[in-house]
Amino acid sequence: MESPILKATNFNAFFGKNHILKNINLEVHKNNVWAIMGPSGCGKTTFIRCVNRMHELVPNASVEGSLQLKGEEIYDMNPVVLRRKVGMVFQRPNPFPTMSIYDNVIAGYILNGIKLSKMERDDIVETSLKQAALWMEVRSTLHKKGTFLSGGQQQRLCIARALAMNPEILLLDEATSALDPISTSMIEELIQQLKAEYTILMVTHNMQQAARVSDKTAFFYLGELIEAANTKTIFTNPKHEKTQEYITGHFG
Amino acid sequence: MEMVLEAELEKKKKLSQSRLADKHIGRRNKKNIFFKGLIVTATVISTLPLLFILFYIFKQGVGALNWHFLTHLPNPVGEPGGGVSNALVGSIMILLVSCVIAIPIGIVIGIYLSEEKRSRLGYYCRLAVDVLQGIPSIVIGIIIYEWVVRPMGGFSALSGSVALALMMLPSIIKSTEETLKLLPESLKEASLALGVPYYKTIMKVIVPTGLSGILTGVILSIARVIGETAPLLFTAFGNPFMSTNILKPMSSLPLIIFNYATSPYNDWHQLAWGASMVLILMILILNIISKIVQRKWKVQF
Repeated sequence: MESPILKATNFNAFFGKNHILKNINLEVHKNNVWAIMGPSGCGKTTFIRCVNRMHELVPNASVEGSLQLKGEEIYDMNPVVLRRKVGMVFQRPNPFPTMSIYDNVIAGYILNGIKLSKMERDDIVETSLKQAALWMEVRSTLHKKGTFLSGGQQQRLCIARALAMNPEILLLDEATSALDPISTSMIEELIQQLKAEYTILMVTHNMQQAARVSDKTAFFYLGELIEAANTKTIFTNPKHEKTQEYITGHFG
Repeated sequence: MEMVLEAELEKKKKLSQSRLADKHIGRRNKKNIFFKGLIVTATVISTLPLLFILFYIFKQGVGALNWHFLTHLPNPVGEPGGGVSNALVGSIMILLVSCVIAIPIGIVIGIYLSEEKRSRLGYYCRLAVDVLQGIPSIVIGIIIYEWVVRPMGGFSALSGSVALALMMLPSIIKSTEETLKLLPESLKEASLALGVPYYKTIMKVIVPTGLSGILTGVILSIARVIGETAPLLFTAFGNPFMSTNILKPMSSLPLIIFNYATSPYNDWHQLAWGASMVLILMILILNIISKIVQRKWKVQF
């Protein structure tokens, strides 16, 4: 078996004295879609925010243990370099309000001061928007502000912005929870297509979504990783009692 | 048991009906109209003095105002005519230099305060800004006299600029801080998550997004100090001739108004009115510009 792209070994995360993540062990392989499920406050979001080190932006936040991206210790890397390799899409669409759609897509290059020729730029914008299934809708309005788009389109723009950097892993933090059902299904379809090239970690509250979209599912409860397996196994034959209770709707 | 509940519900229904059925709707409407009238009258009464002031200044000043007035130096007493060109140029130069001093410092402090909301340094800094805002302008004039004029060996436009910059700082800091605080955290996260270093996130995402608010604050702070006289009395001092050397005394509109209005000559009074009107017009224009900036550059999320 090839080596995992993301590997957590005895990984812990804290906010001050609050122990948020307890001894997480998880291996994520290439081109898999992982759904991270669990009731509110169980640490799912904290976990993916540790992967691109956004966790540490909160004062008093700290981590212990090992989290590796392609064998490289994430907490030894420069966060700026790491975040270029790990794309993230947030709960609410957050395109840059001062930038056009075009500039939003290549924002990662513009803001980092990476010089691109016009052809390269056009290329990246077109492919990224096509990957995010937004190209057909915006190709005639590329130089309008990104905030003129609808919520669903804005979220796909944010996905395009993350994809433009060609990340190793794409993190989706409840990326569809603020969207209408049609936009949600478009993004779910998108995830299916994207997994050919990317590895995706998505936090979701929506169990149906986890069942529909993901290959693997990790179930978090009170900061612990209770169970991680193929999505089918988790939903049809969970090993752990808590998982069973959660997916049958007894709590959460 | 059920009967009791039903009876209670019936009672509640009746009660609410009797309370909500409005027999006094006519009286209430009258009260409404009365209060509305009161508010409108109060507003008109408090706006009238302002309009009278403006009207009076325009009436007195418009006679003095012409191209000659704006482009010529003041004449000696007894000679009719003459203008305020030196004061106009002086005012603009003193303000430009104080902008160069105050804008960068003010914006940087504002950014710090909005970023470090809970730090100890931020707390004391905020306190200091509030106190600075409350210091009377004449005191600022004296302080700058001690700190700048005396060590430099004489009155200068530069010292006047420093005094005005000190007076501009609080409002620039406050408006920058308040504007940036209102920006959603998600904006910063979006940039950081793309691997953009912190300082570039601030300079290329946060500040540009809040630019209209920051600029509005800057323009309004200029409008506020443009008429300050007291701090300039001890610093820029005034100059009857055209001077563009910021290390030498320089005239300015408020100074010329002060000097001419307190003089015993009728001609000079006329000049003071004209200068007042120019000053008021400049403040008006700055306010209009700030409104335009606010509207045109507003960033939508």
